[in-house]
This record gives sequence, structure tokens and C-alpha cells, in this order.
Amino acid sequence: MPREPHPHPSPPLEGEGGVKGLYMDYVKLINCMRCGMCLPACPTYRETFLETASPRGRVALVRKLQEGELDQSERLLEYLSLCLDCQACASACPCGVNAGELVAEFTCERKEGVEMGFMEDLILRKLVPHPDRLESSLVPMRIYQRSGLQKLVRKLGILKMFPRPLERMEGLLPELPARPLRQEIQEITPAEGIERGTVGFFLGCVMSLIFSDASRATIKLLSSLGYRVITPRNQVCCGAPNMLGGDMAGLKEAAHTNIDIFGGHEVDFIVTDCGGCGAELKRYGHHLGGYDAAESFSGKVRDISQVLALHADELRARLKPLPLKVTWHDPCHIAHCQGIRKEPRDLLKLVPGIDYRELEAADACCGSAGTYNIERPEMSDRILKRKLDTIQASGAEVLVTGNPGCLLQLKKGLADHLPDVRIMHLTEILVRSMNVQPD
Amino acid sequence: MEPSFIKELQNIVGGQYTLTDRESLAVYGYDSTPEIESVPGAVLLPGSSEEIIRIMRLCHEAGITVTPRGSGTNLSGGSLSHNSGIVLQTSRLNRIIEVDEENLTATVEPGVITSALHREVEARGLFYPPDPGSMNISTMGGNVAENSGGLRGLKYGVTADYVMGLETVLADGDLLRTGGKVVKDVAGYSLNPLLVSSEGTLGFFTGITVKLIPRPQGKITMLAHFPVLQDAALAVSAIIAAKVIPATLEFLDKVTIKCVEDYAHVGLPLDVDAVLLIEVDGHPVVIAEEAASVAEICGKHRCSFFQTAQNPAEAFKLTEARRTALSALARLKPTTILEDATVPRSCIAAMLKVIQDSARKYNVTIGTFGHAGDGNLHPTCLTDERDKDEIKRAHAAFAEIFDAAIAMGGTITGEHGVGLAKKKYLPKLVGESGIRVMRGIKQAFDPKGILNPGKIF
Repeated sequence: MPREPHPHPSPPLEGEGGVKGLYMDYVKLINCMRCGMCLPACPTYRETFLETASPRGRVALVRKLQEGELDQSERLLEYLSLCLDCQACASACPCGVNAGELVAEFTCERKEGVEMGFMEDLILRKLVPHPDRLESSLVPMRIYQRSGLQKLVRKLGILKMFPRPLERMEGLLPELPARPLRQEIQEITPAEGIERGTVGFFLGCVMSLIFSDASRATIKLLSSLGYRVITPRNQVCCGAPNMLGGDMAGLKEAAHTNIDIFGGHEVDFIVTDCGGCGAELKRYGHHLGGYDAAESFSGKVRDISQVLALHADELRARLKPLPLKVTWHDPCHIAHCQGIRKEPRDLLKLVPGIDYRELEAADACCGSAGTYNIERPEMSDRILKRKLDTIQASGAEVLVTGNPGCLLQLKKGLADHLPDVRIMHLTEILVRSMNVQPD
Repeated sequence: MEPSFIKELQNIVGGQYTLTDRESLAVYGYDSTPEIESVPGAVLLPGSSEEIIRIMRLCHEAGITVTPRGSGTNLSGGSLSHNSGIVLQTSRLNRIIEVDEENLTATVEPGVITSALHREVEARGLFYPPDPGSMNISTMGGNVAENSGGLRGLKYGVTADYVMGLETVLADGDLLRTGGKVVKDVAGYSLNPLLVSSEGTLGFFTGITVKLIPRPQGKITMLAHFPVLQDAALAVSAIIAAKVIPATLEFLDKVTIKCVEDYAHVGLPLDVDAVLLIEVDGHPVVIAEEAASVAEICGKHRCSFFQTAQNPAEAFKLTEARRTALSALARLKPTTILEDATVPRSCIAAMLKVIQDSARKYNVTIGTFGHAGDGNLHPTCLTDERDKDEIKRAHAAFAEIFDAAIAMGGTITGEHGVGLAKKKYLPKLVGESGIRVMRGIKQAFDPKGILNPGKIF
């Protein structure tokens, strides 16, 4: 029965590759029923109220491109690039559409072999996927920070002479540890007491380079709970930056390497304390569809909070009082991509004396989102501001989270606007509570 | 649209709030209505009622049509521009202007999100009952224009029952103020009820004053399974006949139960025909008595399972099946056609039979859930828009369902509005005289026909 004004054009059931073959999975696009449930969850819609900046709108843009109603214009790609890929929309969607992932996969396909901006190219293609290069690239930065040059440069405002993204990046980097953890950590950390099992530790690049104290704390917690911890030194980047850089082949290669490396060890779980890595590692099965070893690898991946939550009683017995007002920020890669919300909160509440405050909109993105805070500073700052407002309203003294991107973004945001609030990784605060000395 | 005209619009709302690029217009060509699209000529996001007045004056003079839009969750195509006109999105007008605790009213701008108003008034121990399914994103302007209902309709009524005052910009840009904070007001025609549910065809709301009531002190949540559909329907009538008016009296049919169980594994048995979710709210002593009556009535009507939640966590679990109903259904197939035929509650059992028979006759899958207490059902057809034959059969089934609803003394739409989607069914319901009177009203408000034309009739 025809309905006015005119029916929506749609390709026939056959040929799900789409009219132009631009996007692989047409059914995923038409599953969106445009109910709008994603709108209030989307950070960029909340800021702009624009349909083009909403998950539903992005799915429609890709769909209309696929159907030939729109062209692959600069403007269309610009609209899509406003997406943080925080996947809050996926958590809100009643029919299981993941607009964030759809846009990311679409963008990945489009970027394949295409030239990128200087910073994007440097970070996503040249540095991050290669731990060795990444590590040596930060050597000058370490010297720069330690020699006092940083203070001088900041004082003189020399950075204003460089492209804006470089200035942003310089400001985001906290003080670096003396050496990356990857170069220091022993490959096997024995269990303390009776061994209950073995875990493989996936050491994220940024955790190793910048937040090595947190990863040390992770290993300490695991070993003190009776796990033998294997940290293979030859593991490579999880591949998430490859995806952002349009290099699906690179992502698959990284996946194969990591699957082979961890496959060489008998482990109960593959644990990570990086939300972003965890989300990507859990998708290996999806990326390498039909490859059993990938399924089995992904099936073993756990965020550190998931493993710790299994041993809540033992952990409780070791934790000593920390009289602090604490709140938890849900990293998108943990809450939305992995569906983990309860465990980190339960773990924080195990610490005696902690005054746990729930953050309003705790699972709203902080604006970090990979290289988004460097590429899209204005939108990122607006989103960060909302987060900082909720942190202030919570009255917390310590903000706890579980992903290095959030740690970087929020550390900078807190330093600039709420200097009295400290930020810690979940494992850091737990180890601190374990190490409290009796008066 | 002429570039010079667009320039004038830009002068009023600012360049960044005037959207005319192809990509933006394409995504304002839809709302939540399946199968209907219509691309507007321009989209504006005004920032004040003064801007709206100036836009209306300009458009009135130029004869350009204007369609109001909130968050675009309309289910009848009402927020689409029918003829390449202007879409005016209210989102930036999102201030809660006042909560008046002495007069028990709240005054809001049209872009205020319904659930934001809920939070604001509930923090003060007050209550704004209308709770449409889209309340986390629907706007108050949209709720008023569509007279939105929700789960609490049975006990607390719908949006119309709460609108006390409106500030409306008319088609020519003049301002109309109707009602206010007074409970009694018989000065002239009652225009508020006319403006509520006018679907954007009579004016553009810039200020809305709603009635608030004290927040209920307590709530008891119950769930009952019925092996026989008829028993569930009879139980609904018996509960009301026993003078218990539940705040929520929701129903899930067998198709929905199966989908919910497949998707969410909430522990529903697959051999029951119907599930009722019942909530009573109010004074703790009263609701304890009411809950006891509900339990007794469900037992008498051969429910196979009955549970009363002992705490909020249990209540949350009991409501899970109803909460996930739409998700569970929507995941099954790409296209979901959600209807809202409504009948007097005494006809619920008969209506459910019509829905089942029509689904069988036209070989389509229809799951039904909804607000059993107020007769407002949501038969939901799960289909695939690429399958033109099935879509045709789905519409044939719904045509029968609407006919049956009219024959039972019900209506073709309980809460989604007529818009474009139900236009052709309206004459059957209201007759020629009904359409004539409506046209007359439209003529009185908007002689040039520039406000959301092509909708309703």
C-alpha cells in the first residue's frame, strides 16, 4: 500500500553488498528504526542537537550514501568524523544497532590507502602500532620533560608556533616514567602463596609508556591473589590504532601475532588493564570471523576488574582503610564496548572507609576517544567540560577509571580546572589500600 | 528555496542554526515513522520565541510552510516537512522556566526533554505523570502537540490532562496566550484542549505551563502469568471493577513473551498466553490493600504464577520483561511497525483476537504489548521493508485492525497521532462532519495553510 509523500528507496533483498558496494553490511544499516533512543546518549548530539551529529543520523548518512541518494562528499565525511565511537548509542539502542562501530568500520574502509593529516598519520600509522618505534619516539620527550626544557618552552609559548594538534598533544602528556614498563617487566611473575592459575597479561602501549605504575599495580594484584602472570615481551599493539588509521590489514596482522604469542602459553585468562585494548582484543573473533583460535583468544580476554571481582572476599581481607571520597568514571571501552559496569564499582566499595559517590552520567564519554581530543579539540573540550562539572558536583576527591585515554584526558582536565581532585587507575587505588601502613 | 529568503532566515537565527546542505536536509527527512520520508527545504534551530515570531512573520508573508519538530521521535510522520518547507527544531529552547510549588505548576520552553522535567519536579517531591516511551528524548512541545500518553495513562491520564497554559505563536506571527495557572477558567472557548494534539497545525508552542501533583509515596510492583489470554483480559476488567486503579497495567502477548525470552532470558514460561505487569502507587496503607485485591483477582482468574516484589531490586526485575518488549521484538526483523489502535478496555480480549486473526490471515508476525488498563495496545508488526509483498500484507492487516477498533467504539490512534500515516483512516472514525469541523478550525487559525500542512486530514 503506497504511503505518501513517497516511499523510501531501498535496494532489493538480493545484493546486500549495497548499490555502490561502499559498505559491507546493508542489513546493519536498515536495522536502525530511527526511534531516537540513541539521541540522549550521544555526546555530540547533546552538544549540538543536530541530527547529523546523532547516531541515528550517521547511520542514515551511510545508508543514503549506500543507496546512492547522497555522494561521498567532504561534508558528509566531516559529519561522520564528529563521531567519538564511544558506542554509548549501542548501549541505548533497542534493536542492537551499533552506530559507533558502523561509522568506525565505514571510516576504516574509506581511509584505506588514503592520505591522512600529519598528526593522524604520525600517531595512527607510524608510531602507535609499533611498540619499539613508539617507545623510542618518546625518548626525546622524556629528555625534554626532565631537562627542564618543557618548563622553558611552556613559559616562552614556543608551542604556539607549531601546529595546534602538536600543542594539544604536548599539553596532554603527563610526566613519563623513566622507562616503559614493557622493557622492565619480567616475563613471568610468580604467584604469591598457593598458585590458583595462570593469566597472560596484555600490556597496552599507553599503559606501558605512561601509566606503568598502574600496570605494575595490576600485576601485583593478580600475583597476590595467586595468579602466575605471564607478560610476553614480544606482544604487539592490540590493533585499535590500525583501525582508526584505516588499516584493517594491519589490525588483522596484529591480531594474528597476539593470538599466536598468547596461544603459546597455557593461560586461564588474558587480562588487560586498558579498556581500549580489552574491547579490541574481545573483537578478534569478530575481525577474523571463522578463525577458531581468534574466538578462543577473545573468549579468554578479561578486563582486570572482571578477574578481581571473582575474588572479592579475598581482596576485601587484604584491603585497609582509605578514608577518601571516590567516584568512578566508566570508560566507553569498558561500559559500552564490554558491558562492564558493576565490577569496578563493587571493587571500589570493598575498600574500607571509602565514601563512594556515583557520578551523574558516569558512562558519558570524557572526550578523549583515541586521537579525537587532538583532532577535534573544540568538541572534545565541550564534552570534557560536562564531565568535569559532574565530577565537581559529586564532591569526590579521587576520580578512578580504567582506561589510559580517559586517564590522559581527565588528568589534564582536572589539573586545569579541578586541581584538588586526583585521578587513579582502579588497580592503583586497590594496591594503595593494600599497602596502607597501620598507624 | 530562494537564496535571498535563506539569507533572511540566517539573519534571524544565525548561519550556524540554518541548515540547507544536502546532507543535513536528508537526515531531517525522517522521524521515527517507518516507511515515510520527505526532505525539507531548510532546517532552523531558533534560540528564542522572538526568533520564532520573526520566522513565522517572514514565512507567512512568503507563503512558505513551517513544520515544528522536537527530537523527531514522532510515529505518524508529523514532524516531517510535507512540501520542501521549513522544519523548525525546538531543541535549543530547553529551559525549565519555573517550578511553582505554591500553585503546583511548571512552566517550560518547548524543547525541554520530558524526563528532564520529571527529574526536576521529582527532586522537589512533585510529580508530572505523562511518561511516553520516548520520554528520555521526547520534548514537551512534541508531547503537547501530540497529546502523548504513556504507561501511567490509566490512573493519571495523558498530557492533555496536565496542560494548564500555553503561549502559542500563530501562523502570522501573532502571540496567543491561553489558560494559565488557574484551575477554574471559563472565559470564552477552551482553546487549550484544541491546541493540545493539534500536531503542529494550529500554532507553534513557545511556552507550556503544566499541572503538577504530589509525588506518590509508595509503589508495589506485581507480575502475573496467564495460561489463557481471555483470563488475563477478564482479570484486567475485574481489577478496575474492584475499584483498584493501578498506575501501571501492562500486557504482553505470547509472541512478545517468546521474543523477550529468546532475547533477554528473563525466565518467562513459553506456555503462557499473556503476562500482566501491575503497579499500584500511593499511600503505603492503601497500596497494600490494593495489592492484596490484585493478587486475589489474578488468582481467581487462573493465573499460573503471581509475584509481588518485596524490594526495589525485585521490582526492577519484574518490570524487565515489559521494559525489553520493544527491543526484543525490534531485533527480530529490520523493520518494526508499531501501531496504537485503542479500544474501550472491556473490548481488550476481542481486540486481541482480531489482531491475532488478522496476523494469521495475512501471514505476518505481529507481537502485541501495551497499556491493557486503558485499552491502548501496541500491535507491532515485524517485517522487512525490502519485502514489498509482506509490507503490503502488513498494511492490509492493520487496516482490518483499525476497522475493528472503530467498530468497537475505539480509535485508530491512542497516542501516536494521525500525521501522515493515519490520514486516510481518520474520515472513517470522525465522519464527514468531523473532518468539516476540523477544517474549519484549521481555517480559523491558519487561513494560508502554512503550518504543518498535509497532516491529519
